[in-house]
Amino acid sequence: MDLTYSDEEKMIIELAREFAEKELRPIAHEIDVEKRVPIEVLRKMQEVGLLGLMIPEEYDGAGVSTACYVQVIEELARVCAAVAIVLSVHNSVGAYPILRFGSDEQRKNYLPKLASDWIGAFCLSEAASGSDASALELRARKDGDSYVLDGAKLWVTNGSIANLYLVLAKTADIPDRPHRGISAFLVERDTPGITVGKLEDKMGLRASDTAEIHFQDCRVPASALVGEEGIGFKIAMQALDNGRIGVGSQAVGIAQGALEEAVAYAKERVAFGRPIADHQAVQFMIADMETEISAARSLVRRAAWRKDAGLSHGKEAAMAKLYASEMSHRVVHRALQIHGGAGYTKEYAIERYYRDQRVTEIYEGTSEMQRIVIGRAVLSE
Amino acid sequence: MDFSLSEEQQMIRDTAREFAEKELVPNAPHWDQNREFPVEAVKKLGELGFLGMMVSPDWDGSGMDSISYALAIEEISRGCASTGVIMSVNNSLVCDPLERFGTDYQRETFLKPLASGAKLGSYCLTEPMAGSDAGATKTTAVKDGDDWIVNGVKIFVTNGAYADTFVVYASSDPAAKTRGISAFIIEKERDGVSVGTREKTLGIRASCTSEIIFDNVRVPDANRLGDLGKGFKVAMITLNGGRIGIAAQAVGIAQAAFERSIEYTKTRHQFDQPIAEFQAVQFKIADMATKIDAARLLTLEAAHQKDLGQDYSMAAAKAKLLASRVAVEVTDDAIQVHGGYGYVEEYHVERHFRDAKITELYEGTSEIQRIVIGRGVTK
Repeated sequence: MDLTYSDEEKMIIELAREFAEKELRPIAHEIDVEKRVPIEVLRKMQEVGLLGLMIPEEYDGAGVSTACYVQVIEELARVCAAVAIVLSVHNSVGAYPILRFGSDEQRKNYLPKLASDWIGAFCLSEAASGSDASALELRARKDGDSYVLDGAKLWVTNGSIANLYLVLAKTADIPDRPHRGISAFLVERDTPGITVGKLEDKMGLRASDTAEIHFQDCRVPASALVGEEGIGFKIAMQALDNGRIGVGSQAVGIAQGALEEAVAYAKERVAFGRPIADHQAVQFMIADMETEISAARSLVRRAAWRKDAGLSHGKEAAMAKLYASEMSHRVVHRALQIHGGAGYTKEYAIERYYRDQRVTEIYEGTSEMQRIVIGRAVLSE
Repeated sequence: MDFSLSEEQQMIRDTAREFAEKELVPNAPHWDQNREFPVEAVKKLGELGFLGMMVSPDWDGSGMDSISYALAIEEISRGCASTGVIMSVNNSLVCDPLERFGTDYQRETFLKPLASGAKLGSYCLTEPMAGSDAGATKTTAVKDGDDWIVNGVKIFVTNGAYADTFVVYASSDPAAKTRGISAFIIEKERDGVSVGTREKTLGIRASCTSEIIFDNVRVPDANRLGDLGKGFKVAMITLNGGRIGIAAQAVGIAQAAFERSIEYTKTRHQFDQPIAEFQAVQFKIADMATKIDAARLLTLEAAHQKDLGQDYSMAAAKAKLLASRVAVEVTDDAIQVHGGYGYVEEYHVERHFRDAKITELYEGTSEIQRIVIGRGVTK
């Protein structure tokens, strides 16, 4: 057991921390209020190699371990959760499925682009298919040497800024086992027939775009298929295992940022003749926050390490995501409570953390889905 | 980053588990019901090298790391939480300070038999008026020539009536308060040492929690542990290590209740299906599994920090705070999924539930852990 980072990993983590302090902290409030994707900052992240950091070096990425990647996400989310999710989606469910399931040609074609100036997105959810992902209706019809996609996707993070979509579509109707009729396609943004629909007006993560993407007579070459027909559901689930590690670390980062805001406020705010940090009621909330954050961080790192070590990690990723997201809920709640009325205003960053946190319990599989994954895994062990 | 266990660590864990399955699991219920101290099992733990696990082989210990220790305590506690605390006290609260602060004479004379299991040790800190506020100790040590005369009453002494060697905290300079406390090694056979009432506890009933009375006990200065007036520091450093042991004990109790819940919910049928297939039950199982993993990871992290020689006091407090809470919650859930059967002795989880509660109280209550952590974060 060695729970420390290598010197090289420490350097990358420090780079991310400095980047967050310098580039994200000054704008985090404003981009939230303006509901603006900070595209100029994303470009800078691409320049310094932070965006495609999990893409292997042979495809021009930084090739960092998942264990290092989760700490980078935490450092970004600690300051700006919206930018952290861009990175998580780009790597976990954008680039990773190509690396894991793509053909040589797809890898050589797309991974270097995603490591430089492209942004990836993942199109799974639909209006009538959320947790029940195998009920999706978007169609991909084989037509000669191509497939023609028709349908609409919802909740697509990076939807309006992405250059490449990983789209899950139905290629066959298999009534008893609908998931076996699902296939995955790599669809470039400028393919005719794609339109970006409504951008959701969200409670939190307002500086990340969440779009509806429409596919109408959208023709892609047969070479856009990832792997073979019928394995799309498996691709999606493995991508989500990975995505859950990312969201788990995002939740840890939000909680860590909220804790730091609360501690700073509690040391400064005086009530009953002393800083409120000296009151046991406040100190104990801080102690619980610190403890639960540490526990979540360990769960996230353990899941990341298992992935790096080539071990099964579906259950561990679900545990990390479940615990970290629900932990971050408790933490932002206490952090806002410590701020009192001030925390209820936009003068204090905690108001944003409070809103941003909530979605970590919903996307990349709700807490309920994580419990299903964990419960089934444990009961079948 | 590497979460894997070394071969040696896995071997220790497996040895502990086998021992627990064979010697503890079948006996734990009647030990609990009869408040019977597991004398034979403790002797066997000594033979396995589990009573001085982290002590150097130079002093007849096993020379293992803290991670191995945490793994072993978890497995032993999974079999019998009472045996777990007996082991934890001897290792963390007695052997550790003797090795860390003791003179070579003390290590030779007192540590060796404790580390090998020939003798059993105990830690005497708490008093009727000094619990969380350990600095308020009323027991006194008055210099008399080359000796000390110790007077006072210690309570909640784990291993009390079965211990041969006590590490006793007494005030050698009451005016200096916390800075006037010193630690002494006191053998049971010294004149004036007597065992008082054994507490009737809610859980860990097979362990022995006693009052120990020191009435004009003459102790040579060679038995003083650590520097004069530095006893409080000895006690606090010792408790840091103890908290890893108790966190591991809590994880073991939770794990035991969890495994029984899995087994029960898979075999118990209601509404024509195993209750494990109901989401209400499955979700509880998922939460139990997740919390136990979180607690175990924090415990191992604290042990890892200790092994690296880092300041692990915060990590140990966090591990103990979380793991003890998890033990209480998980054992409570375990009773719930057992329904009425969970409330009767036969199904074991009621014992786990009773055993779990103590982990939030001893070696620093959860409130004391929060003070340690809160101060660490806000300093």
